[in-house]
Amino acid sequence: MNKQAVLNSIAAEFTKTAQVKFRPGDTVKVQVKVVEGDKERLQAFQGVVIQKRGGGVGATFTVRKVSGGIGVERIFPLYSPNIAAITVVSQGAVRRAKLFYLRKLTGKAAKIAQKQQRAAAPVEAPAKA
Amino acid sequence: MNGILGRKIGMTQIFGPGNAVIPVTVVEAGPCVVTQVKDGKLDGYSAVQLGFVEKKKQKTTKAMQGHFTKAGAPAPLRFIREIRSAQAKDFKPGQVIKADLFAEGDMVRVTGIMKGRGTQGVVKRHGFKGGPKTHGQTDRLRRPGSAGAGSTPGRVYPGRRYPGQMGNVQITVRNLKIVKVDAEKNLLLIKGPVPGAPDGILVVQKIIKKKA
Repeated sequence: MNKQAVLNSIAAEFTKTAQVKFRPGDTVKVQVKVVEGDKERLQAFQGVVIQKRGGGVGATFTVRKVSGGIGVERIFPLYSPNIAAITVVSQGAVRRAKLFYLRKLTGKAAKIAQKQQRAAAPVEAPAKA
Repeated sequence: MNGILGRKIGMTQIFGPGNAVIPVTVVEAGPCVVTQVKDGKLDGYSAVQLGFVEKKKQKTTKAMQGHFTKAGAPAPLRFIREIRSAQAKDFKPGQVIKADLFAEGDMVRVTGIMKGRGTQGVVKRHGFKGGPKTHGQTDRLRRPGSAGAGSTPGRVYPGRRYPGQMGNVQITVRNLKIVKVDAEKNLLLIKGPVPGAPDGILVVQKIIKKKA
């Protein structure tokens, strides 16, 4: 019996849900289920993804936002049933996988440039005269 | 009888009630074959002997082959363990025990061989605090300190904890909860870690609550 296959099959119940693709640097809006008393409602947490780590059912991602001048970070399990939806608000152009340097930056310096969309088709080189 | 033999598959995590993450160890438990029943008359105690994991007949000694044939086991078995039980009489040799012996929410104790750690000092092996790092200290950060008094008693008392081999011994972890039972695949999901490395052989026993 393949041990890893068995472990994956147990985790599969949770990881099979279709996932939104996002990368570090992207600004995402995470809809989190919050239970108050016997009522359940959704709470949004919007910020920059500064880290994605782990594989399989144990994968998590960290979202950072600045709320009232105070940096707030929240770590979500990627496959948590508590997450109702993840939407990508904008894609960021960053050059590393872990954006911990953002913690030391404030204001304009902490801003991430938007990813430029590539041109649809490369223009053919003009024939030589 | 309330125990079964198993093999550690590994650890993973699942989302439980309230969507909380539960760390679980997956154990392949059974199918086990009852190879002998000791009812207390001949042996002085009652227990059920279980065998787990089939092996080749050619790799089994004639004596053991006879033991398995007598029990009516379909094939020779690699691991044999005894589980003490007052209800041993209710079992017959050849009977097959599966993971469905357990139910979700059962509390169990798990016995296995802890991973070997080799020769280790007292800080790691016995949880000593070691010595101070600063205030003029040299070479005593992880030392055991004093082994006892002086001329009286003039010897080291037996049982003094010293550096030495750590691990690779049988240990039992008690009060572990069964989170899920997959009877079809004979899998148990036990909350938290269990002793030993993956592929290690384990004895999983139900904890019977004492009557108040």
